[in-house]
Amino acid sequence: MRALRFSRKQLGIPYALFLLLFVVAPLFVIIYYAFTNGEGQFTIANLQGFFTDPNTIGTLFYSFMLAVVTTVVCLLLAYPIAYVLARSNIRHKSVIVMIFVLPMWINFTLRITALKEILTIIEGNLAFHPFLNSVIGMTYDFLPFMILPMYTTLSKLDNSLLEAANDLGASPLQTFIKVTLPLSVPGIVSGVVMVFLPSMTNYVVLDMLYNSTYIMGSLIGSYFSAYDWHNGSMIALVLLLIILIFTLFTNRYEEDGSKSRGGAIL
Amino acid sequence: MKKAFPIIFLSVMIMLVYLPILVLVVYSFTDAPNIGPIHSFSLHNYVTLFTKEELTSMIWGTVILALSSALLATILGTLGAIGAFYSKKGASSFINAMNQVPVVNADVVTGFSICVLLIVTFNISKESYVPLLIGHTVLSAPFVYLSVVPKLKQMDSSLYEAAIDLGAKPSLALRKVVLPQIMPGIVSGFALAVTLSLDDYFIASYTKPATFDTISTYVVNATKGSQTDIKTALWALSTLIFVIVILVVVVMNLSGKGGEKRRGKEDF
Repeated sequence: MRALRFSRKQLGIPYALFLLLFVVAPLFVIIYYAFTNGEGQFTIANLQGFFTDPNTIGTLFYSFMLAVVTTVVCLLLAYPIAYVLARSNIRHKSVIVMIFVLPMWINFTLRITALKEILTIIEGNLAFHPFLNSVIGMTYDFLPFMILPMYTTLSKLDNSLLEAANDLGASPLQTFIKVTLPLSVPGIVSGVVMVFLPSMTNYVVLDMLYNSTYIMGSLIGSYFSAYDWHNGSMIALVLLLIILIFTLFTNRYEEDGSKSRGGAIL
Repeated sequence: MKKAFPIIFLSVMIMLVYLPILVLVVYSFTDAPNIGPIHSFSLHNYVTLFTKEELTSMIWGTVILALSSALLATILGTLGAIGAFYSKKGASSFINAMNQVPVVNADVVTGFSICVLLIVTFNISKESYVPLLIGHTVLSAPFVYLSVVPKLKQMDSSLYEAAIDLGAKPSLALRKVVLPQIMPGIVSGFALAVTLSLDDYFIASYTKPATFDTISTYVVNATKGSQTDIKTALWALSTLIFVIVILVVVVMNLSGKGGEKRRGKEDF
C-alpha cells in the first residue's frame, strides 16, 4: 500500500475546486445565457435589445446618476468625519470610531425600515421625493463603509509631512490641499468603490422607500421574476463589465480595498 | 473653541445616524401602531416576536443559515488560504484572483449567476436549501480567506520547520504550530462570515426555497404588506439586534484589549 503523502499545498484543492465550480462556472453560464435564446441558439438579440431599448438605457443612466450623487454625498459627509476622528486629539477615539461603524452590523433592511419611519414623519408622503429619498437611504446604508477606509488612511498620515509643509510656510488650507488631500486618495478610492457599485445595484433600498424607478439591479430582479434567464444574464454581464472596468481603474489607487467591506471586524 | 468644534460635529453626526434606530427602540416598547402619539407602555411586540410561528421560524432559519454557511466558509477559506500560501506563485495568484471575484462583484450578480447555474442549468431544487447554502458560502468564504492570509504572512515560518525537525508529522505540526498562530484570523473570518450572511438580501432572494425567509427577505415583504402587528414586532426585532450588536462589540473589545498591541493597529 502506498503511504498517504501529506502536502500542505494540497489543502487548498477543495477551495480551488469550490471557487471554480461556484464562482467561475456561474460567470461562463451567464455569458452562455446572455448570447443564446430560449431554443439554445446563438443570438445577439439580447445585446441589441439592451442597447436599443430606451428603458434599459434610461435605467443605466438613472442608476449612474443615483450612484454618482450618493457617492458624492457620502464623500462630503464621511471625509470630515474621518478627518476629525483621525486628526484631532479627542479622547476615546477608538470607541467613537466604533460608534460610527457599528450600524453596519445591523441588518440593512431593518435600518432602512427605521429610516423610512423617520422620513415619513418629515415628508408625510414618501412618493413625492423618490430620488432624494433613495439618496438618503443609500447614504444611510453605506456611510460606515466610506468612513472606515478613509479613517484608516488618514490616521496613518505621516505627521512630519504636515509639519514640514507648515515649516516651509504653507497655510493650513494649502497644507490640506497640497498634502493631506493627495495622501488620502487611497482611502477615498476604497470608499468610493464600497459605495458606488452597491448604489447602482441595491434596488431593495429603492423598493422599501417607494421609489418605483428601476436601477440596474431591479432589471435583474424583474427578469428573475419573469424566468427570463437570457435577458437577465445580459444585464448581469453588462454589470460585470462595468464592475471590471471600475475595478481595473481603481486598483491602481486603492490601498487595500478588499478588507473594507467588513474591515471593521475586530 | 478649537476642541469644541470636532466634538459638536461628531455628536451631531452620531445623533443623525442613531435617531431612526432609537425611535424604533422607544416605540417597540409601546402599543402604538405607528410612529405617532404613544398611549401606553407595552411589551406586546416582544410577545408577538417570540410567539408568532412565522416570526420565530424566520429568525431561527436565518441564524442556522448564518452559522452553517459561516462554518462551511471558514473551513474552506482557511484550508484554501493555507494551501495557497504554500503553493507556487502561479497557483496561489490564480486562487487569489478567483477569490477576488465575489468580493468585488455586486451581490445581485453573484446571486443571479448562482441561481442560473444551480437551479436553471443543473436543475437543483431550491427547496433542497443547497443553492442557498452554497450561495451564502460563496459570499463569505472569500472574506475568511482574506482574513487568514495576512496571519499566514506574519507567521514565523521557522517554528513549523523546527517542529518538523523535532520529529512532528506535518499534520501534527500544522495543527499544533500553524493553526494557533493563524487562529485570530480564522475567528474574525468566521465572525465576518456570520455577519455577511445575516445582512444578505440578494443571494437569499435568488436561491432560497419559496416558503423559507431570512430576516432580510421577510422584512422586505413585510414592508409591502399591511399587517400592523408584524410591522411593530419587527421594531422589537430591530431593538434586540441593536442590543446584541452592542453587546458583541463591547465583549470583543474588552477581550481583545490584551492582544491589541500584538495584532496591530489596523485591526483595531
